[in-house]
Amino acid sequence: MFFQQLINGLTLGSTYALTAVGYTMVFGILELVNFSHGAVYMFGAFVVLMLMTALKLNFMLAFVIGVIITGLLGITIDKICLFPLRKKKAPKVASLISTIGVSIFIQNLVMLVWGSETKNFPLVLNLGSINIGSLKISYLQIIIMMIAVVLMAALTIIIRKTKIGKAMRATAQNMEAAKLMGVNVNFVISFTFFLGASLAAVAGVLVGMYYQSVDPMMGFMAGLKAFAAAVLGGIGVLPGAILGGLIIGVSEILAAGYIHAGFRDAIAFGILIAVLIIRPTGLLGKKVQKKV
Amino acid sequence: MKTALDNLKGKSTKNSLKIIIIIAIALSLLVPFLNLSSFVIRMIIMVGIYIILGLSLNLVTGFAGQLSLGHAAFYAIGAYTSAILSTRFEMSFFITALMGALLAAFFGFLLGLPTLKLEGAYLAIVTLGFCEIVRIVALNWMGLTRGPMGIPGIPAPSIFGIDLGTEVGYYFLIYILAAATIITIYRIVNSRVGRAFIAIREDELAAQSMGINTTMYKVLAFTIAAFFAGLAGSFYAHYVTYIDPQSFTFDESIQILSIVILGGMGSIPGTIIGALILVTAPEFLRSLQDYRMVMYGAVLIIMMLTRPQGIMGASKTKIKRNKLASSKISNKGGE
Repeated sequence: MFFQQLINGLTLGSTYALTAVGYTMVFGILELVNFSHGAVYMFGAFVVLMLMTALKLNFMLAFVIGVIITGLLGITIDKICLFPLRKKKAPKVASLISTIGVSIFIQNLVMLVWGSETKNFPLVLNLGSINIGSLKISYLQIIIMMIAVVLMAALTIIIRKTKIGKAMRATAQNMEAAKLMGVNVNFVISFTFFLGASLAAVAGVLVGMYYQSVDPMMGFMAGLKAFAAAVLGGIGVLPGAILGGLIIGVSEILAAGYIHAGFRDAIAFGILIAVLIIRPTGLLGKKVQKKV
Repeated sequence: MKTALDNLKGKSTKNSLKIIIIIAIALSLLVPFLNLSSFVIRMIIMVGIYIILGLSLNLVTGFAGQLSLGHAAFYAIGAYTSAILSTRFEMSFFITALMGALLAAFFGFLLGLPTLKLEGAYLAIVTLGFCEIVRIVALNWMGLTRGPMGIPGIPAPSIFGIDLGTEVGYYFLIYILAAATIITIYRIVNSRVGRAFIAIREDELAAQSMGINTTMYKVLAFTIAAFFAGLAGSFYAHYVTYIDPQSFTFDESIQILSIVILGGMGSIPGTIIGALILVTAPEFLRSLQDYRMVMYGAVLIIMMLTRPQGIMGASKTKIKRNKLASSKISNKGGE
């Protein structure tokens, strides 16, 4: 029973981790909590679903196109709603409210265009499951976790080893200095938004496949929890987002299984608050010496 | 010569502002007798509730500079406390409202404590998490809150046997509560405490080194804000006579925060205008029907893009700096 819950938790947690990465990367570079991220996640799932049902594309093609479209949406959000504010050197809260506006906009636009009811997500990969004793792991769960692991590894390589990754790290450390060193900061930010949004889209599709349903409100709670995961691990720290996502996912499922299903969200947030009171910068976050 | 003219201008605008305020007060006292539809009165009463909520959040976020995403939690605590006390123990509104506000203030105090260490996104997620926990507890603690069924039949307030459960009664009650909130917040902000809040917002480290007990003041800001939000919640419960957890979601916190930011952080008139706009906007946008909420999102974005500091925003210190800078530039031009 416990291991079953653990597997379910890890599956859910890996989708949170994929979403949390988007929060953490944007925060790392812009010090901005991007509240539109949950809506982007939902949008990704919807676009893939619509490509499959309305345009009758096969799953893989729809998946790739949908993820790219969502990534471009991420860039568009930045260019239209955040870039002008950065240019004006507006206070951070203004950008925050702007992303909240984006979130309301996207969510309601999706409801308007595709209807507000819950939609079936077709079972594209019916692979069955393996049983080990009483433990039942579906291949879908394994695929979800595998995809998460591969994408995380790829992301880590991009950030650690490639030129654009180096530029991202430089921008995160000091945007002005990076600019002076010839880093095309605007491109780096766009790229970051693209990565974050497309990973969120992947997570959205995986969740849609897992529960076989998508609805326009799905991004809301998932977005909050992914944000919680990013902060729990230490916002701005990539491995932190992964760790936080897994912890939130597992604790949520265990709480639902052993305590009370109604309290699952409360417990995830309770753990978060407890951790932050003990470690104010999250689990893997570094204490930043304040410059005076 | 120029400065004298400027002074004169400043004085006249100040005077005209005073006149505008007096006219506004006089007109607002007449509102319930204007034969307006009950729908309009309802809107105005909701604006009153959001003025209280917005101002209280403005104290924390606008003046003390602590981003809170969980203001709806205090609103909920006030509403539930008041609703439970009045439906189960048949206490009068004025007692339950005070209890609701005090309990909310207590939770505000508790939530304020982590601000000792947390800031920015970390504080934001703690307040957000707190708000979600309050809502989920309200949703699941069936014995106390009746969960998703909500609490119906909350009695209308009355004073000395006079039933305030009429449109006029509610109007004047929220009028008095909102006015009391505005005056209290105004007095706080323009006092030693308020200056300490602003100092913390501008530069916490500097404030600390000037001898301001930043922790104490931050907790104080949360406590006062929670008190007023609890008060607004109590009124809301007795006004709509039915509450359920659905009224106190994260969206509610965001709505309150949007009011503060739209109006301008650290501006009291701004918050009032913000409440007026954001509460009535969905109704004005009603003609757009299904596009209503889409437009609401778009309006929020456009407002931020065109005036990121809010309608009445721009903190005093920044205005001064800008003036200084511009005067320097104009001096250079003169040379």
